[in-house]
Amino acid sequence: MGPDALFEYLLRLGDNTLVLGHRVSEWCGRAPVLEEDIALANTALDLIGQTQMWLGLAGEVEGQGRSADDLAYLRDVWEFRNLLLVEQPNGDFGQTMMRQFLFDAWHDLMLTGLEVSADERVAAIAAKASKEARYHLERSADAVIGLGDGTEESNRRMQAALDRLWPFSGEMHTPDAIDEAVHVAGIGPDLSVLADAYHARVAEVMTAATLRLPGDRFAHQGGKSGIRHSEHLGHILTQMQWLQRAYPGATW
Amino acid sequence: MVTNRPTTRDIWEWLGSVPDPEIPVISVVDLGIVRDVSWEDKSLAVTVTPTYSGCPATRVIAMEIETALRDHGIKDFVLKTQIAPPWTTDWISKEGRAKLEAYGIAPPQPVGGPDRCPRCNGKDLKKLSQFGSTPCKAQWRCNDCLEPFDYFKCI
Repeated sequence: MGPDALFEYLLRLGDNTLVLGHRVSEWCGRAPVLEEDIALANTALDLIGQTQMWLGLAGEVEGQGRSADDLAYLRDVWEFRNLLLVEQPNGDFGQTMMRQFLFDAWHDLMLTGLEVSADERVAAIAAKASKEARYHLERSADAVIGLGDGTEESNRRMQAALDRLWPFSGEMHTPDAIDEAVHVAGIGPDLSVLADAYHARVAEVMTAATLRLPGDRFAHQGGKSGIRHSEHLGHILTQMQWLQRAYPGATW
Repeated sequence: MVTNRPTTRDIWEWLGSVPDPEIPVISVVDLGIVRDVSWEDKSLAVTVTPTYSGCPATRVIAMEIETALRDHGIKDFVLKTQIAPPWTTDWISKEGRAKLEAYGIAPPQPVGGPDRCPRCNGKDLKKLSQFGSTPCKAQWRCNDCLEPFDYFKCI
């Protein structure tokens, strides 16, 4: 496996946490209650911290002198490698928590797999991040269960969020040539094995939440390859990258 | 050649009075984030590990450690960041745990929640939120004295 495949793979990991971290931070000051506002901001903070490690390592592996900040602020839509799921809009609070759960349930499994990576740098970041991801999962699973098995209104909204987001969850389980190469090199887990554990975990939470999992396994593709991002990513970047675009090289 | 450079024990002692910027009642040594202090020839290396990967206090902590070293006349030093093994609340010292509790923050427990109210020692406790005022804390309430309090998350 060449360094190019590892670079791409690290971009996927870092872009997932960057884009989701930014999305979640959009709630800052707007959440339904103060405790949730703080929880969302803290979750975003963990994700952005993980981004610094992943994209920092990506820049190191690439060897072109690009820093984590360069990669975050100076790439355009088609160079991003995040899953389509994480760029989906926040919607209401329920939709945000559903998106978080669908991501956390996978993120936790993924990081656990990466903890035993043959690449020590990858293993070290994964070991650090997985403690945080496990905590996020605990919270998002509780929120999905609480709102799903809540009032008629909250149940209806959570079901709508699940129906809307579910077709974006399949992309994480569909390995491509890069995922395969990284797996064969002993650096990353086998995504199809993670898929079984994921589906079991999600089914258990949805049952407790009295929500129906869509039977259709149709999955939108194109985020992690960068081939076909949804229209939402460009809008995120206009906000996130605005300062560096308007004032190139600006520093605090 | 006789050198009068400070011993690593001296340096640990100095760092023991560098407060955590968010929870000033405990020091960075109590918190367990200073992993190593060693002389490499004439240069001092201090190895620090972050608590949470996105904790905004990390940079302030590095600055405060630098200031403490300079105040004691150390000019030639490097601060190293180490993420493996990842920080765990098991590294908080016994003294640190006692200081946290006296300050009103329940120290981390392996069961995942506080064992008693840091104000009244009550045992009837309720979790309000998994997150608190900093990434390392959660919010709980004591049903005996009805006061809310911070709990230092166990990771």
